Amino acid sequence: MAPIRLILTVLAFALMTGFAHAQETPDRSSTGGAQTLEDIMARQKQLTIDDSFRSDALGDPEGQPLDDQLGTRGGASDAELWRGLRYGAANITTSSRGPAATTLIQDGGMAWLEFRQGPLQQYGSYLIGGTLLALALFYLIRGKIRIDGPKTGTTILRFKSIERFAHWMLAGSFLILGLTGLVSLFGRKVIIPWLGHDSFSTIAIASKWVHNNISWGFIIALVMIFVLWVVHNLPDRTDIKWLLKGGGIFGGGHPPAKKFNAGQKLIFWSVIVFGSVISATGLSLLFPFELPAFATVFDLANATGLPQSINGVALNTTLAPHEDMQFAQLSHSIASLILIAIIFAHIYIGSVGMEGAYDAMASGEVEKQWAREHHSLWVEEVEAKEAGQTPAE
Amino acid sequence: MKPMLAAFAVLALITVVAGFGLPEIGFSAQEQGSGDAVRLN
Repeated sequence: MAPIRLILTVLAFALMTGFAHAQETPDRSSTGGAQTLEDIMARQKQLTIDDSFRSDALGDPEGQPLDDQLGTRGGASDAELWRGLRYGAANITTSSRGPAATTLIQDGGMAWLEFRQGPLQQYGSYLIGGTLLALALFYLIRGKIRIDGPKTGTTILRFKSIERFAHWMLAGSFLILGLTGLVSLFGRKVIIPWLGHDSFSTIAIASKWVHNNISWGFIIALVMIFVLWVVHNLPDRTDIKWLLKGGGIFGGGHPPAKKFNAGQKLIFWSVIVFGSVISATGLSLLFPFELPAFATVFDLANATGLPQSINGVALNTTLAPHEDMQFAQLSHSIASLILIAIIFAHIYIGSVGMEGAYDAMASGEVEKQWAREHHSLWVEEVEAKEAGQTPAE
Repeated sequence: MKPMLAAFAVLALITVVAGFGLPEIGFSAQEQGSGDAVRLN
């Protein structure tokens, strides 16, 4: 149920922040057209309300300009000036540089903060904790997957040095990025009550520095892994057989597989897709306001017609600079939490979960019997290549 | 084991070079978020 609730919460947040609902105009005669207590209460409950009665009430555009010295004596009142600031309609100049410097009020920040401190942390902890629990239960029930047949005593080269180098560079950077990222997300709730503010400050500063700078290694390794293994991870018909047998869990035996089985291909593509999202949004966060992307992404989504068919209206493509950063931060966190859960399963099966699997990334050489059981087609391919012939399909 | 140790060493090198090198060539928050008239120290 947790993943479904998580998806619904994310969807609700997207709807809440990205869409505008058409609804009946409430009676505001008691306030002379200004917002009522119901409007304020609805905003505090994070309900989507039609804000046009405020966003359009910016005074007389023909009157005295808002930024003039005598602005409030002209066509706009103080309240209209503040609304102009809130809705990005006021002509603002600041001594500070940067595209976000003229955004003085940004309503979306509150929704982002509440989502980050609420559902993101809650369902993120359920996802990570639930995955660890599921893996522990699986280990208790299934135990370590042993090599079934007699060991041959000979090994076969599974991964070359460059492949292992790229894998460990990606693995090392991801583990540190995951740990320091979790410190950023959960530190206030977990570390402050445990170690206090001063210790958390030191840990948070160090985590941020390491997180920001090790990210380049992750991006480089991600590209290397993609280039090295994409050919071996293209889907083919052996994957269907492998998936139908659950990799050997259903019906016993070992379904045939090439260099990578369907489960490993799913891990590979998860790493590439989520890793790319994490890298792109991470770059956006590393260079604040320099790489806005979500207005373009929403625009492309609107072009498909999908948002309109779900909610009746298009996604909002006019985003404040901070709003783009907030979407980048949330996407970064959600993609990272999902990938952490997937990688937990990968680490499990590559270490304590399966006899002989770790050797593939440690020495690069695996027991031939292990290879025959888990990657029979690949072994045939290697042996045929060594014998100088093409393997039979 | 050598590829693993080499990967960790390269990772550490990239991190240090990025951490201290990028601000030197202008990629720092101080450079991006302040004006010439603002004293940073």
